[in-house]
Parts: sequence; structure tokens; C-alpha cells
Amino acid sequence: MKTEKILTKYTHIKDYRNIETYLKYDGYKSIQKAIELGQKGVIDTLTASQLRGRGGAGFSTGMKWSFIINKPFPRYLAINADEGEPGTFKDRFIMRNSPHLLIEGIIVACLTLEIETAYIYIRGEFIEEANILEKAIEEAKSKGFVGKNIAKTGKNINIWVHRGAGAYVCGEETALINSIEGKKGQPRLKPPFPAEVGVFGKPTIVNNVETIANVPYIILNGADKFLEIGVPKNGGTRLIGISGHVNQPGIYELPMGFSFKEAIYSVAGGVLNNRKLKAVIPGGSSTPVLLPEEIENLTLDFDSIQSAGSMMGSGGVIVIAEDTCMVKTLLTLEEFYAHESCGQCTPCREGVPWIRDIIARIESGHGKERDIDKILSICDNMMGNTICALADAAAMPAKSFIQKFRNEFEDHIKMKKCPFNAKN
Amino acid sequence: MGFNMGFEFSKKSIDKIKETLLKYPEKEASLLPVLHIAQDEFLYISQDVINLVALTLDIHPSRVKEVATFYTMYNKKPVGKYHIQLCRNISCSLRGSSNIKEQLEKILNIKAGETTSDGKFTLSTVECLGACGTAPVMQINDKYYENLTTDSLKTILDSLS
Repeated sequence: MKTEKILTKYTHIKDYRNIETYLKYDGYKSIQKAIELGQKGVIDTLTASQLRGRGGAGFSTGMKWSFIINKPFPRYLAINADEGEPGTFKDRFIMRNSPHLLIEGIIVACLTLEIETAYIYIRGEFIEEANILEKAIEEAKSKGFVGKNIAKTGKNINIWVHRGAGAYVCGEETALINSIEGKKGQPRLKPPFPAEVGVFGKPTIVNNVETIANVPYIILNGADKFLEIGVPKNGGTRLIGISGHVNQPGIYELPMGFSFKEAIYSVAGGVLNNRKLKAVIPGGSSTPVLLPEEIENLTLDFDSIQSAGSMMGSGGVIVIAEDTCMVKTLLTLEEFYAHESCGQCTPCREGVPWIRDIIARIESGHGKERDIDKILSICDNMMGNTICALADAAAMPAKSFIQKFRNEFEDHIKMKKCPFNAKN
Repeated sequence: MGFNMGFEFSKKSIDKIKETLLKYPEKEASLLPVLHIAQDEFLYISQDVINLVALTLDIHPSRVKEVATFYTMYNKKPVGKYHIQLCRNISCSLRGSSNIKEQLEKILNIKAGETTSDGKFTLSTVECLGACGTAPVMQINDKYYENLTTDSLKTILDSLS
């Protein structure tokens, strides 16, 4: 398997964050290439590369871009840097270590799709990262990559950093759009999709940071080079964020199709303090939990993880070791989803706090036998019945934790206390 | 409406607001950034601040209030000079954030959600801060503190004057 790095190839180099250093390592070269290829050429290249969105849904980026080319002007680009799914910390890595790669991708997108204004929607807590981006944008402006008449094309590009203010749901693209407009971050009904009615009612493309950061490589090197890395239909690399009970948590750029077990046991140094592996959440906290035997032959790509009934999502792998109380762990997650429900749809607003309360009751030793099935029934009544996927994001861990660790829930109820002494 | 007429933005904040307005085709879109600017100056979003922001952007105070109360980063009540926000979510919790919380409560002699009597520290627990690879993590004002251990807390707090 070819293991070339796309996003972190140069991030170890001192001052790579500065434009002068960035320019020495192929920096901003894809802009000229994109101009030569033209709109059709760029979109065809992206489509051929089969680049799939790195935010979680895995939608074809080339196809997404093609939706906007016949739409009226002005059009907007919104970059989703609202990284908030527990277990996910990859976009922060790109913004801290390689801000110009993101900006270069944004410029290629803007030139190709005839967009003059891009907003980077960054979560409010990332103040340092927002400052890094603003400095990088200023540097790009000083070199003529941002501003007026970019590369003598007569086109203008403005990139603005827009800070959120603490709301997980704003990572959903239509909530993000509302939040840019200065509204509560509540998702909108689709259709109309953002490509038709987006920011300020205008056609808009919303792309994740990691997705856009892949664009310069693909444009500069071609779709075939990208597809050589990874496995069929799952080209390129992923920034895999490994956290929880491992010896070396962190961000690792791995080719798609990399062995799941090797990622945990070799790349991330194995399970913390040589404990036994109990469970793995493969792609951010909302993706269904997997057992050690389920990841045995899995590889880190969209299709392999889907075949095991879960999702690659945001690439945030959360490792859970033996002696961890799964009821308590699920409670931590459901407290989060209950806190983050925007309150717009009844099944989510009422359902998520309800399952949180039942799980808390079971955890504290006051659960009833019928409570377990009650949680499952509430989950079924939430899923697919709301405007956005937050209710599903809350239901999927609840269902999979119960399905795979039902005995732990039953033990809590029978023993009228938590059988574990762990504080987590 | 009970406006407090003596309540105004500083020159520095007004300059920042003017810069912000240039980024958007619609004035209302500046609401989130202007609330951040307001919080930087006034430390929390009181009713007076809500009225001031509404006047500045020419929108109704109820529009400002619904946004200020929707987003958790806008403080609805006064906080200490240093606002400690400790992540309680899954990766941090697996790496022992509850021990960190207990230790912070012990050092500061307050519970999470409270402010020290000298007004110096407020301790809050928050949801995922997006730095799971360096868990446990806390944010104090603008800065992240990562790979926390119970032993490192005192040094961190002592470094804040």
C-alpha cells in the first residue's frame, strides 16, 4: 500500500505555518494549475479522484461542487471548522500546523466556482486557531493570493474568519449557515439545499476543513496519484484522531484502508497500560460502538467500517479499555447530546434528555428492568423524525451500547449500583 | 425600554465593530462577532449589553437575546477574572478529567459552577473542546491547557495573577 502523506507531509518543518516557508514546499502551486484546468477540468479532476467529504457524511466533493456551477451570483463558500464531535480534533491540527494548505484549497474552490467571498466558520473556543488563520490570510493577501485580481484572472477573493460561540449543532451545514447570518444555530429543512439557498439566501458550498485541504494535492498531482494512495473508492488519506485509552493518542495521517488494529496497537502505541481492549468508537462519538472482535479484520475507510454496521464519520477513533463502565460512558455522551439539542424538533428536544435521565437512573442503581427497552423505543421514535441528524447521533450510541453491552445495563439494575469502581 | 444611556462601547471596540461590519453584506450577520467583542469588554452579556448591541446593529433586543442565550460561550452572568472551563466529555473523561475536577475544586475551594470569593476564578465544566488527543484539557480564558495531571494544576493556577 502506498503511504504517501498529503496533509502532514511538511508539517514537521519549522515555521511551515509561515507563508515564506510554505511557498518553498509547493505552496500555492495548485492555483496556477487550477486556472489552466478551468472550471470543468478542476471539477472533473475532483470527481475522478473520488474525494469524499471528511466532515462525516462522506459525500463526493466533485459532485457537490458541480451542483453550483449553473446557479446565479453571488455565490458563497463556507468552510466548516466547527469541529465539535467528541473524539474529533483533526481540523484543529490542520489549522494550527498548515493554515496555508486550507487557504490554498479555498482559493482553488473560489476561482473554480466563481465565488468572491468565503467564510471559515470556526468553533468559538478555537481562539488561537482563529488568530493563526487571520494571520495566514493576511500573509496570503500580501502575496496577492487573496484580495483583488487574483493571479491576473480579474477575479477577487475575500476570506473571512467567522467565530461560532459554543453550539455543537452548528457543525450541521444549514445551522452553520444560520449562524453565519447572525441567527440561532438551528438547522433548516432541506430542500432547498445550500447549493440553491445558502448563506444570505445565495448558492453556497459548505466543505469541511480536511476536505478542502486535500484539494491542492489533487489539482497539482492529478486524480490518479490521489487514488494510488488508499483503496478503490476510498482514495487518499485520513487524519485519524486516536484518543481515550491508548498510550500515544494523537493525529495520524494514514492511507485509507489502513488496518484498524495496527492503528491502535502500533501507530497509537497500544491500549493504555497494557489493559485489554473493551470497545472502540470508530468515527466520532455518534458512530455505533464496535467490539474488539468486530475490528479484527476492519480497515480504516468508509466502506470497511460501514460493513461492520458503523461509520468512519470524522475519523475520530475513541479507544475504551477493560474495566470501563459502559453505562457511565454512554451517560457522558447522552449528557452531551441532551445539552446540544437545539430544541427545534420535539423528538430530539424531549427524547434525548429523556434517554439521558433513564441512563442516569440506571447508572445510579435506581433503574427498572423495563428501562432498557424504553431507551430503545425512544431511540426508534427519534431516528429519522427530525430536521437534522442530531437525534440520530444521540440514538446510535445508545442503541449500539445496549445491543453490545446489555449485560452491563442489566447488572446495574440487578445489583442496584454500578458494578465498576472507575471514575470514568 | 429602560435603556441605560450612559452605557457605551469603548473606542477600541467600536473600531473592531466597524471592521467586522465590512465582512458581511447584511448588518445582522455581525451579531455573533459583536457579542464576542461586547463580552471581551464587559465580561458578560447583561441586559444593558443586549440593549447596546441591539442599538449598534439596529435590531430588536429580543433578537440579540435569543442569540446570546442560544450559544453557551456568551456568559449570562458575571464570571471571575479567570474562567476555567474543564472538558467533561468522553475522551477527557476516559483520561481522568473527574480527578482533575476534584483537584481543582479542592485547590480553589469551590464547586464547579461557582466563583471564588475574591472574584478571581470561575470553574465550569464544558462539553468537548476538540482537543481529545491531549486529554484531559481545560480552557482558561483564551488559552488551552492540555495533557493535564493533578500535579500540574497548582503551577498553572499560580502562574495566573
